[in-house]
Amino acid sequence: MTYITKPVNHHPRLKINKLGLTRRDYEGLVSTLCAGCGHDSISAAIIEACFQLNIAAHQVAKLSGIGCSSKTPGYFLKQSHGFNSVHGRMPSIATGANLANHELTYLGVSGDGDTASIGMGQFVHAVRRQLNVVYIIENNGTYGLTKGQFSATNDIESKSKYGEDNLFPAIDLAGMAIHLGASFVARSFSGDKEQLVPLMKAALRHKGFSLIDVISPCVTFNNHKHSTKSYDYVREHNDSVASITDFVPIGNTITASYKHGKNLDISLHDGSILSLQKISKNYNPENKIEAIKKIQQSEQQGKVLTGLLYINPKAKDLKEILDVVDTPLNKLVERDLCPGKEKINQINSSLK
Amino acid sequence: MHKIKSINEFVIKFANVNGSGSTSANEMFAKGVFRLGVPVSPKNIFPSNIQGLPTWFEIRVTEKGYLGRREEVDIAVAMNPQSYAEDVAEIRPGGYLLYDSSWKRNFGRDDINVLDIPLTELCVSEFSNPQLRLLFKNIVYVGALAYLLGMGIDVYVDLISEKFKSKEKLIIPNVKALEMGYNYAKANLANQCDIKVRKSNKNKGMILTNGNDAAGLGCVYAGATVCAWYPITPSTSVAESFIKYCEKLRVDDRTQKNKFAIVQAEDELAAIGMVIGANWNGARAFTATSGPGISLMSEFLGLAYFAEVPTVLFDIQRGGPSTGMPTRTQQSDILCCAYASHGDTKHILLIPSNPTECFEFSVMAFDLADRLQTPIIILSDLDIGMNDFTTKEFKWEDTHMFDRGKVLTKEDLDSMEKFGRYIDIDGDGITYRTYPGTHSEKGAYFTRGSSHDEYAVYTEDGKVNVRNLTRILKKHENAAKLLPKPIIKSVNNSKGVIYFGSSDYSMIEALDELSSDGIILDSMRIRAFPFGKEVHDFIENHDMIFVVEQNRDAQMKKLILAEANVAPDKMISVLCFDGMPITAHFISTEISSYLAEKEVKEIMKQ
Repeated sequence: MTYITKPVNHHPRLKINKLGLTRRDYEGLVSTLCAGCGHDSISAAIIEACFQLNIAAHQVAKLSGIGCSSKTPGYFLKQSHGFNSVHGRMPSIATGANLANHELTYLGVSGDGDTASIGMGQFVHAVRRQLNVVYIIENNGTYGLTKGQFSATNDIESKSKYGEDNLFPAIDLAGMAIHLGASFVARSFSGDKEQLVPLMKAALRHKGFSLIDVISPCVTFNNHKHSTKSYDYVREHNDSVASITDFVPIGNTITASYKHGKNLDISLHDGSILSLQKISKNYNPENKIEAIKKIQQSEQQGKVLTGLLYINPKAKDLKEILDVVDTPLNKLVERDLCPGKEKINQINSSLK
Repeated sequence: MHKIKSINEFVIKFANVNGSGSTSANEMFAKGVFRLGVPVSPKNIFPSNIQGLPTWFEIRVTEKGYLGRREEVDIAVAMNPQSYAEDVAEIRPGGYLLYDSSWKRNFGRDDINVLDIPLTELCVSEFSNPQLRLLFKNIVYVGALAYLLGMGIDVYVDLISEKFKSKEKLIIPNVKALEMGYNYAKANLANQCDIKVRKSNKNKGMILTNGNDAAGLGCVYAGATVCAWYPITPSTSVAESFIKYCEKLRVDDRTQKNKFAIVQAEDELAAIGMVIGANWNGARAFTATSGPGISLMSEFLGLAYFAEVPTVLFDIQRGGPSTGMPTRTQQSDILCCAYASHGDTKHILLIPSNPTECFEFSVMAFDLADRLQTPIIILSDLDIGMNDFTTKEFKWEDTHMFDRGKVLTKEDLDSMEKFGRYIDIDGDGITYRTYPGTHSEKGAYFTRGSSHDEYAVYTEDGKVNVRNLTRILKKHENAAKLLPKPIIKSVNNSKGVIYFGSSDYSMIEALDELSSDGIILDSMRIRAFPFGKEVHDFIENHDMIFVVEQNRDAQMKKLILAEANVAPDKMISVLCFDGMPITAHFISTEISSYLAEKEVKEIMKQ
């Protein structure tokens, strides 16, 4: 209820993390989205993941575009700087911000309209450049804020709330991101916290472009019988491929990637370990071709493939590709940056 | 036969085929003149094409220092049969035509002096590689000109040796080609040319460079670390210059890593977005574009204006509208830059007139952007951006410190009770900002393009929005005091002229021309928007003001009418928009004929 001010006090026995913070400390303002909106569950998953990872909120920058999804950064991590940019242009803001200071964690929140339509160009190129960002698509297949138009991720067999047919096929953002070279691609469901929170934690620790395409039902405009993005439809058709069962943060001694029975452990660049339970037999999320094949097979079978679809833990990110110094660029000062008088005199001489 | 006689005052025009390697030879010719101490202004008049179409290179040699374009050609070097007819027609009576006489031709003009040099034959006899034969034709004519103009060969031997310092193998054949031309002219064309270049001392403290190169260097000195850009003529060389100088000056000695990040963006929207993102996060960032890019960046410019994020943007103007004339010059983005984006927006413009100012204004732009927390647009154009000019040396003092504006540190935040991003504490309309990651509890805020209160929280409260927009306007108006003042030359005449940007060179010459005709005008070169007190006073203190612009719609006049308290009928436009740099002759003719007509009208009235 948006007219109620959020109380500051909390249960005295609320769990405290290594920073001495409770889950409540990771919250933001009260959500102004519709009651039951899938996006609020995603915000809750972000809060949970950051709490569990002991992330200092001020070391996170939250960035978004325009739309219902893009409002949500107001509802979590109140100690983080936020940037609600223009429609579909969050990737470029995130790119600039990341180049200025690679030490912060960048959390980009977008929607299906914001990413798959107006922002497609910027999304594609941010992936291609291996921008180190956790890019969350709150995917509900509809334009909620303008009252229910189809978005480009809406499945062709789906109907609108008002019974209109969707005439065009959906764009599969997860599959596309793998093609484009994203090094961490997952799909999840806002109604599946057990799957989503570990994925979020892994994405936050992964270096490079981490995409989580979260099916997030729009309770007002896209949660009806003939929708393929409704709570009921996704629950019935959810096909989990590789769930993260555990996430061992940095500091653990295991460094090599190895297979252990049905489980697969993958070490990330900082030494954190991802332990995967492979629900689908023989599925190897480090194999790009397999991932793409599996996604397309599931699509044919009318299933929503979820879980960690693809990961390349060794990928370089944009900062490394551009060979930028380790000191964040925004911390360099005159003596680092300004070549000085002697050099200007040399340049003058060379222009005579 | 009449022969034009001149020392150190002439125009030489090279007509070449695009892609034949002529530009570097023509530039070398200009630099040779510059080294002899005579001011030069070379202009590359090129097509939007990579290979095959006609291209021209005009060089004005001017001891008097009139660096604007002058029409009518004294010497034509006609290397392109496609354009012979028009190239020959432009030569002044008594002028000279140098052409490749391997294929003899009658040009049908008996009032010009034809200088035959069989360039192809000379190259074929000396060089076996077909590509080199073609390239060296250009060097051969430089050698011939060095003789004909009495410059001596040494200056060009030096230039060749410097140019190919790292590719020594190329020095010998280039010098050979140069000597071939020089010796051929000496043996066959002695005493044929009465135009001469004589050593002078006018270039002390001067360099020969272009505005885009200078702007890119300025960004390095200003401490810019992020450049995001999308290729577009004529702005591309701003980013290329930044890249060139960064690679020389900004690679960490110890780690060999870059103290800069350059992204060639997917389009202009992304380029400006990256610049805004980087500046928001405390790095100095810029982009460079031209008119079409400004149109695409407009949405983001509104965000940067309203959310108050420092942004530095170079607009190297070209001929518009739409794709227009990409390789020709204009000053036609003034209004679209001053008011870029929907809603009530106004932007700060810096308008340089020469490469030295391109350097200075680009350094200044970053300080202004940080100080004022708003986009700063440097409005240059193709003429000063891409053409070399004899211009003042760059100056730098090692005591120079960046002005990063009102940014709160962790300590500042510690001593504050509550941070509000848009609270006008100092009453100057400029509020305090924080970089992400500064403080664990205070200083975070939500940057947004939606209406917001003093704490950056979304609001639909009309009063709050009015308060915010009014404060931003106050900041904009106060900015005038920080911007470069106009250059005013006044003897308290009642008539004056306002001009700006690349018109400066021709305007200075036109004022001299007019004054020798008895028309004395006060002058003001506008260098920034919003206009300061000096601009308003100049307008107020003159009864009749000519406004010289290189666009069709009198955009600067309109901006003045919109922003200053001025009677429209005292402002008279002088407009050149054919895409070629404005000439002194054009300006002085327009002004003198207006005044003559007015006089006639007044007599008729009586």
